[in-house]
Amino acid sequence: MTLKTILTGAVMALGLTAAGAQAQDDTTKVGFIYVGPIGDGGWTYEHDQGRLAVEEHFGDQVETVYQESVPEGADAQRAITQMALNGADLIFTTSFGFMDPTLAVAKKFPNVKFEHATGYKTAPNVSTYSARFYEGRAIQGHIAGKMTKSNIVGYIASYPIPEVIRGINAAFIHARKVNPDVEFKIIWAYTWFDPAKEADAATALIEQGADVILQHTDSTAPQAAAEKAGDVVTFGQASDMAEYKPFPRVSSIIDDWKPYYIARTQAVIDGTWTSQQVWDGIGPGMVGIGEITEAVPADVRDEALALKEAIASGEYHPFTGPLKKQDGSDWLADGETADDGTLLGMDFYVEGLNAEIPQ
Amino acid sequence: MKLQLEKRPQPSRRWIYLSPLLAVVITMLVGGALFAALGKNPVEAIATIFWEPLFGEFAFYYRPQLLVKGAPLILIAIGLSLGFRAGIWNIGAEGQYIIGALSGAGVALAFYPLDAWFVFPLMALAGALGGWAWGMIPAVLKLRFGTNEILVSLMLVYVAEQLLAAMALGPMKNPDGMGFPGSRNLQDYPAAHNADLITGSGLHWGVVAALVAVIAAYILLGRHMLGYQIRLSGEAPRAARFAGVKPGLLTLFCLGTSGALAGLAGMFEVSGPAGQVSIDFNVGYGFTAIIVAFLGRLHPVGIALAGLLMALTYIGGEIAQGNLGLPAAAIQMFQGMLLFFLLAVDVLTNYRLRLLRRPEAA
Repeated sequence: MTLKTILTGAVMALGLTAAGAQAQDDTTKVGFIYVGPIGDGGWTYEHDQGRLAVEEHFGDQVETVYQESVPEGADAQRAITQMALNGADLIFTTSFGFMDPTLAVAKKFPNVKFEHATGYKTAPNVSTYSARFYEGRAIQGHIAGKMTKSNIVGYIASYPIPEVIRGINAAFIHARKVNPDVEFKIIWAYTWFDPAKEADAATALIEQGADVILQHTDSTAPQAAAEKAGDVVTFGQASDMAEYKPFPRVSSIIDDWKPYYIARTQAVIDGTWTSQQVWDGIGPGMVGIGEITEAVPADVRDEALALKEAIASGEYHPFTGPLKKQDGSDWLADGETADDGTLLGMDFYVEGLNAEIPQ
Repeated sequence: MKLQLEKRPQPSRRWIYLSPLLAVVITMLVGGALFAALGKNPVEAIATIFWEPLFGEFAFYYRPQLLVKGAPLILIAIGLSLGFRAGIWNIGAEGQYIIGALSGAGVALAFYPLDAWFVFPLMALAGALGGWAWGMIPAVLKLRFGTNEILVSLMLVYVAEQLLAAMALGPMKNPDGMGFPGSRNLQDYPAAHNADLITGSGLHWGVVAALVAVIAAYILLGRHMLGYQIRLSGEAPRAARFAGVKPGLLTLFCLGTSGALAGLAGMFEVSGPAGQVSIDFNVGYGFTAIIVAFLGRLHPVGIALAGLLMALTYIGGEIAQGNLGLPAAAIQMFQGMLLFFLLAVDVLTNYRLRLLRRPEAA
């Protein structure tokens, strides 16, 4: 303890309530582990925007550190440990593959708080948080179903995990609703971020006749491929990807982590942080819908915005019955909505999708 | 005045040893300039990369990590160096590493949750066999059809990656994983866990295996007939044939051994530091080991040192990222420079640099 911290502690103990005793240090250190480069223009970019928002909000009270392009696996464990050793009070690990490494490090540093994005394992000092991206997918699906002329929608998927499968189902259900002839062609890229692979996938889909492309990967390469093709519609993923407005990018799903990161940092400062599992959507503002451009006809835009309002207010759930699974078995009865447990572990397609989940 | 390169009658022994050191120094200088251009203090950045992991505040954690990161590099590079010396180019160690990991993990998952002493040795055996078999494919194709082992072994890396993804999503998927890809975590299965032999030391069985491999390769190359044949085949193939070396058998031996060692490295990694079969399990050890093999002059002791140096730049690079905010790409460039300058400086091993005075009246 430096003299400064002792003095700060003394002042707090004298002048304030006992809560001051929680503060060991006058600045709170918040760390971020990123799976991609901060310049990816998508997933990691938005997490880094959240980090910058924390810095701006708290000023000198908080110091942030980050490490980018951390491979998922043994290297992640070292990166997280290093942050904890260097005195981080709160660490956000922002990719699914950091789950086990996060838990392993958390065991060794019981006084450090951890927040793992998109995972399902928690501990007394590990929370999980994720966004209901599927709500945005429903709106995308609606627009895609209306915009396609070839009735072929291409989908660049990353990994066959529940989050991605959920997105495909949500988009497909709402595309079919407005266009019974629509078909989805899905390519699995097995990466979150690889511009070359994503561009290849987009080109392959376009060659197979897709004139709308949805992506669950983080780079803007598919947007560039669509721009080159000329008449293919795309949507921004994770980030607004506004540089491709108004066409090919006609709308986007934006992850907005800023309010959450600020709230959790505040909780650590206040000493009120507890382990929790958060799954927020459009309503609380964790999922944003980027501007729907003039390339989309006005009536379609109005319908999409109405859908967004209905989802945000909780009036409509994107997975509302009657819905059947791909194999024809019943899933949701008329008016029934999916429970979170099923959604979190989703490993099946809904009826009508003409594809197979890789096994 | 002008500079001229003059071929040495024999490679300079002095420069064989000096050139790696000179390459490291030049890398530091140019790397420092790169960091300075990024607005960071170059001395601090270089010091962080090379000093912090060894003697910094948290060296107690980083020193063991050097072993964790260095062991697979050394183990794979030792195997590769045998072939490289004989002129047999196995570029696909990454694939053999993956198959070794899959084979080892497969044994572990088959026995789960049986707690028996023989599980881990069986896994090691399976790992080595898996890597060996994957290495045999380019070897047999070369002997039978005259294919190029560089291309075949490299292509098999991508096949192995597909197999890895298929395994992580299918047969090896954790049944308790709520549908998420990736196997059970072997760290939670004591009979299969490649744990630290002394807690917190980083000293797992892979480190022991790397050490044994270094010693074995040293003896093989220096004292054994086979080692002599390997060296002779690389240095003078025609003479080797007259001396009774069978190139076919040598190909089988070199690709098989490097495959087995890479497979072992993969198995130790999946059961230890990584813990599980996941789609992104491989992080390029098999390719980085090629750099390590050459940086170490294809000599067992050199490879051990080069492996540790490479591990140092990885770990120091991560610290520099975290503490100084250096971008990850700058660190990767820094590591790339190391090989680049080594190859450049290698000219001095075979050539002499001469300073020629310009003739007076020309």
